[in-house]
Amino acid sequence: MNDHLLPKIPLGHWIDLFIQFITNNFEGFFGQIASGLAGFVELLVTAFEFITPIGFIILFTAIAFWRRGWGVALFTLLGLALIYDLGYWHNAMQTFSLVVTSVVLSIVIGLPLGIIAGINNTFKSIITPILDLLQTMPSFVYLIPAIFLFGTGMAPGVVATIIFAIPPTIRLTNLGIRQVPEDLVEASESFGSTTMQKLFKVQLPLSMPTIMAGINQSIMLALSMVVVASLVGAPGLGADVNFAVTSLRTDIGFEAGIAIVIIAIMLDRISQNTRSKKQ
Amino acid sequence: MNKIDVKNITKVFGKNPKRAVDMLKQGLKKPEIFKKTGMTVGVNQADFHVKEGEIFVIMGLSGSGKSTLVRLLNRLIEPTSGEIHIDGQDITKMNKQDLRQVRQKKISMVFQRFALFPHRTILENTEYGLEIQGMGKDERRKKAMKALELVGLKGYEHQNPNELSGGMQQRVGLARALASDTDILLMDEAFSALDPLIRKDMQNELLDLQSDMHKTIVFITHDLDEALRIGDRIALMRDGSIVQVGTPEEIMMNPANRYVEKFVEDVDMSKVIVASNIMIRPETILIDRGPRVALQLMRDEGISSIYAIDKGKKFLGIISADDALDATKTGKSCREIVKEIGTVKPDTLLNDLFEDMNHSPVPLPVVDDEGRLRGIVKRAEIIAALSGDQDALNGNEVKL
Ligand SMILES: Nc1ncnc2c1ncn2[C@@H]1O[C@H](COP(=O)(O)OP(=O)(O)O)[C@@H](O)[C@H]1O
Ligand SMILES: [Mg+2]
Repeated sequence: MNDHLLPKIPLGHWIDLFIQFITNNFEGFFGQIASGLAGFVELLVTAFEFITPIGFIILFTAIAFWRRGWGVALFTLLGLALIYDLGYWHNAMQTFSLVVTSVVLSIVIGLPLGIIAGINNTFKSIITPILDLLQTMPSFVYLIPAIFLFGTGMAPGVVATIIFAIPPTIRLTNLGIRQVPEDLVEASESFGSTTMQKLFKVQLPLSMPTIMAGINQSIMLALSMVVVASLVGAPGLGADVNFAVTSLRTDIGFEAGIAIVIIAIMLDRISQNTRSKKQ
Repeated sequence: MNKIDVKNITKVFGKNPKRAVDMLKQGLKKPEIFKKTGMTVGVNQADFHVKEGEIFVIMGLSGSGKSTLVRLLNRLIEPTSGEIHIDGQDITKMNKQDLRQVRQKKISMVFQRFALFPHRTILENTEYGLEIQGMGKDERRKKAMKALELVGLKGYEHQNPNELSGGMQQRVGLARALASDTDILLMDEAFSALDPLIRKDMQNELLDLQSDMHKTIVFITHDLDEALRIGDRIALMRDGSIVQVGTPEEIMMNPANRYVEKFVEDVDMSKVIVASNIMIRPETILIDRGPRVALQLMRDEGISSIYAIDKGKKFLGIISADDALDATKTGKSCREIVKEIGTVKPDTLLNDLFEDMNHSPVPLPVVDDEGRLRGIVKRAEIIAALSGDQDALNGNEVKL
């Protein structure tokens, strides 16, 4: 090894200093973001509780039926009823709200980034290695700076989940835009379209199926983060699993696990692109 | 004034195109530059003009730079050097906004693989250009419908592109370009992806439309038959350079070099050559002369019938030696013995001449729209022309 030849580069130390610098100087700013995020998730939870479990189940069974037909609708109905029956409803709503918040923010941030990457080669070559890094880094690592910046609780959970879940949305939006046949882009330009007209009238509509696939992947990744997020104090089904592992409670672990799987399958099916099937 | 004036335009694909331009100026050619620098010459110092209202065909083998050249005309591809004047304005110097104006109002384009938007209906495709310009829905729909009617697609406006055949899809492509009502139409191998029969229909239809609209059309093709059929003038490209510009006849009769000759060699003459290319001078007699004169003329020339015309050169028919001989005995005039026969037009294709020839007892008279006799076509000339004989093509009589 070259321990002897080269002094250790203080990479970790630098990151430390950087985070410290940010915490010291922007604490107020991040504090506000944290309370904003937590507040938003809480708002969703309250809303879901307000419509009552029956209302929620009817709503999502209807959405499932509209998107995918009676098979998925039946699954949604039975799955959600099971979660309620097992007594995990409140925690499930917290997990659900955390996932929805993270995914919505992933889209809000990821879609524009993906579009820019799809149009601009320089930006794409900058963002690609960053995405590679984000996706290969073990997901637990995101928790550490998240705690420093946002404290514990829901907010760092959401932030870590966004960082983990955002890459597919960016990647597939970029891919979708680049996959639009060159002659269609040319046709659009040849009639004198502005960049925005070209984007909204041709490129985005034609890349929709690919973008939807990216969002679907982001949703799945967000769900896979709920257990990890519970390590920094994010409440919900992840916290149940966490508790089950640390206290060796197979029953709770299994039940909470099943609840997560049910939500995962439901969201996956509902968000899957159906249009490609019709054609 | 010329509609389009292209001055010394060059496009080089690669890292250091300016360097390649210098090499081109020194006379180096596309293959040498590629070998030395790895850069590809798309278009090499092209210089030509397109007149208002003409169909200007750019022809060449695949990879000769046709698509690049036509995309330089609306700057879908940025030129490396040179100027392009549209209605006297140099578009290579325009800012983005002015360039968009030119694309919206002056130039529209039809693509080889149709390039219809699959997420839009036929009508929505057709109105795209107008929509981009911010025209109100009712007005643009009306214009789009009119364009669809022009290309014979009324009733299909609510279908999707993938529900239509290739020929119909390209009609939509054409309608989309026509809807914007631009003066200039760029067509990059617009008919190349179509079946031969449909292709021919589209060529005819384009010519029909053009006779009403008088657009300035730049038409790209790799097919000489197509070029000769629809081109008012033809430019031949090779390795990015324009090697010859001329009317179809000029290109056919006087190929500028071996490359053009090679192109011309393969062409099916029967679809290109027309009666006026191969007709020869006929022996004629004024109808007011007597049968005796007719008989004498036929004897002198050693022929058995003669073409009768009036003072205005109007063709009346033929007089046979037998009838003339009879007439000298019975005292009939030439007007009484002249026989009507089938005629052909100066622009009748060789192909069709062959048919008519088989039904005619004598060489076919070529008669113009005013009814005047312009010449005659003999079987020998037709056969010689079919085999590419230059003498026959230059209107000389051939001896078999
Ligand atoms: N975007 C591009 N990048 C690099 N080379 C290109 C590009 N477009 C065209 N070329 C090259 O330029 C030459 C002319 O191509 P093109 O104009 O498409 O020919 P044609 O339309 O006559 O078949 C070819 O050698 C082609 O490989
Ligand atoms: Mg081409």
